[in-house]
Amino acid sequence: MAELPGFELRDLDDAPRAFPAAKPSLICFVKEDCETCNLAAPVLEAFAKTYGEAANIWMISQTRDGSLVLKDRHGLTLPILDDSDLKISFAYGFDIVPALYWCPDGRTPDTQCEGFVKTEWQGVDRDMASTLNCTATAIDWDTLPDWRPGCGSKHLDPEILDRLMADAEDSPIRARKIEIASADDVAEFMFDQGFSDGLPLVPPTPERVMRMLSGTSRSPKEVIAQMPPNMGEASIEKIAINAVMAGCKPEYLPVVIAAIEAICTDAFNVHGVMATTMGASPVIVVNGPIRERLGMNSGLMALGTGNRANATIGRAVRLAVRNIGGAKPGGTDRSTLGSPMKFTMCFAEREGRSPWAPLHVERGFKATDSVVTVFAMTSGPVHIVDQESRAPDEIAGTLGLGLESMFLPKYHMMPVDALLVVCPEHIDTLMRDGEYDKDRLRDRIQDVTRRPLRDMVADEVSGAGMTRAAAAKLDDAQLDNLVPKFAKREHIHIVVAGSDAGKFSSAYHGWVTGPMGSQSVSRKIEET
Amino acid sequence: MTVILDPTDEAVPVSRQITPRSGQVSGVVGLMDIRKPRGDVLLDELERLLGERMPDIEVRRYAKPTFTKPCPDDLRAQMKAECDFVVEGLAD
Repeated sequence: MAELPGFELRDLDDAPRAFPAAKPSLICFVKEDCETCNLAAPVLEAFAKTYGEAANIWMISQTRDGSLVLKDRHGLTLPILDDSDLKISFAYGFDIVPALYWCPDGRTPDTQCEGFVKTEWQGVDRDMASTLNCTATAIDWDTLPDWRPGCGSKHLDPEILDRLMADAEDSPIRARKIEIASADDVAEFMFDQGFSDGLPLVPPTPERVMRMLSGTSRSPKEVIAQMPPNMGEASIEKIAINAVMAGCKPEYLPVVIAAIEAICTDAFNVHGVMATTMGASPVIVVNGPIRERLGMNSGLMALGTGNRANATIGRAVRLAVRNIGGAKPGGTDRSTLGSPMKFTMCFAEREGRSPWAPLHVERGFKATDSVVTVFAMTSGPVHIVDQESRAPDEIAGTLGLGLESMFLPKYHMMPVDALLVVCPEHIDTLMRDGEYDKDRLRDRIQDVTRRPLRDMVADEVSGAGMTRAAAAKLDDAQLDNLVPKFAKREHIHIVVAGSDAGKFSSAYHGWVTGPMGSQSVSRKIEET
Repeated sequence: MTVILDPTDEAVPVSRQITPRSGQVSGVVGLMDIRKPRGDVLLDELERLLGERMPDIEVRRYAKPTFTKPCPDDLRAQMKAECDFVVEGLAD
């Protein structure tokens, strides 16, 4: 057998006890509240009385208070060593206490056993007697049970194990550790460091980050993107740290990772999205089976508050952009006004209430895939209210007129994306006479927003739009040309969300769409 | 003590907040002896020099019970309440 890990632990008199040792050594890890450990304690004491001169007979206790309790309860005189920080228990790697190791050479175990198996312990007694040339211990073995299972070692408690793994030499944790003095307030410290979006953060302790990393099988060291504007390395570990701060559960992490992969593409261009004075931010739509598994909200209040997954996934992405990418307000985030979407904006599509293929299927994924789609949006959700329309073309017309407000009603032929979120009651009206596909809705939106080009010319009401000089070069026929809101119908993205009651759809208005600005991006969520 | 992991790209050192520096010394200056050997000698000399060069300031002396342990909370609170500046003699 291999040599056991070395240690130096203190006994109850605060004297150091080191292993490997010059003498043959028997060490036994125990936990005070374990019944089997209490069964074993008098046996160990008997071993100590018999062999204590020639060998180290040490009990290693996993709790500080428990050492004294065991000593008093059993009248122990053998050395009781303190491993209350559990690092040695972790290094030994056993599962069950009592965990017994007999090392005749003081370093390599000849026998090791977990729990209490009488024949094994008797065997150890005989080995010690023969190795040390002593008479075997005077124990009435018949009074002891043949077998007792023992208890789970304390170092395997989930909270403790996460900390031990984070601290271990081969820990996946690579991020800089920041020590916060006990007199300092952790929440205030994180505000002072500029980590926050203005709301309180969950402290990203190594334990929490380890738990977060359990949400993915990807290596914590894997760098998935160089995140603009600072081109910071977005490793899985750094993303997990920001996900902890945002309040995510570990199972949300794959969605956060996929969303960050999506925004860090050249197509999405998060640099420009953050830097623009117009104030854009990623709007994240989640499709596929993962919505259900994470309990995401696609129904009542889907675009609002109250759902942890919706709120914290969007927030984690934004915090990562802030902390890893370095996009901070006044730095490279330069919005004139900003918007609440800069805190978080993530929701699930209500696929079961939609008459259409869900967004991800429309974009080429399988229905069984889970997918995030990110849109760079400058405003929204902007409501489109219609409680009166009863015919499909009427409600489609309303949605068009609502979208005409994007940026400025006067602007038309816009090469800019919009994300239309149609509520179930509007869907019902739209579908009342049968199929009404998305392209028909898009065409209807374009049709009802067609206006003569002359309406777009700067005038005394609004100086925005086509310049008077440009308009002067056009003849009347050209100025009478009707132009729709969007340059192409493909700029109109459509999803379904919301509760069954209420005739209120909503829309997000885009930023600069295209290679010079931002294009929407979908990424499959890797769930492993 | 709490340990957290740095969420940033670690391009800049972690900053600790310090009180803005006014560029002037006025009001009450506390001299804190942490009880390391000869700390009092240093602070006596400092008090003499401050008295000579800045006669308008008031100097108050404080001492920790022992250098081996953190400053007691009430002493820290007292200094915070009474002083505009504190000079602490560290090490020997």
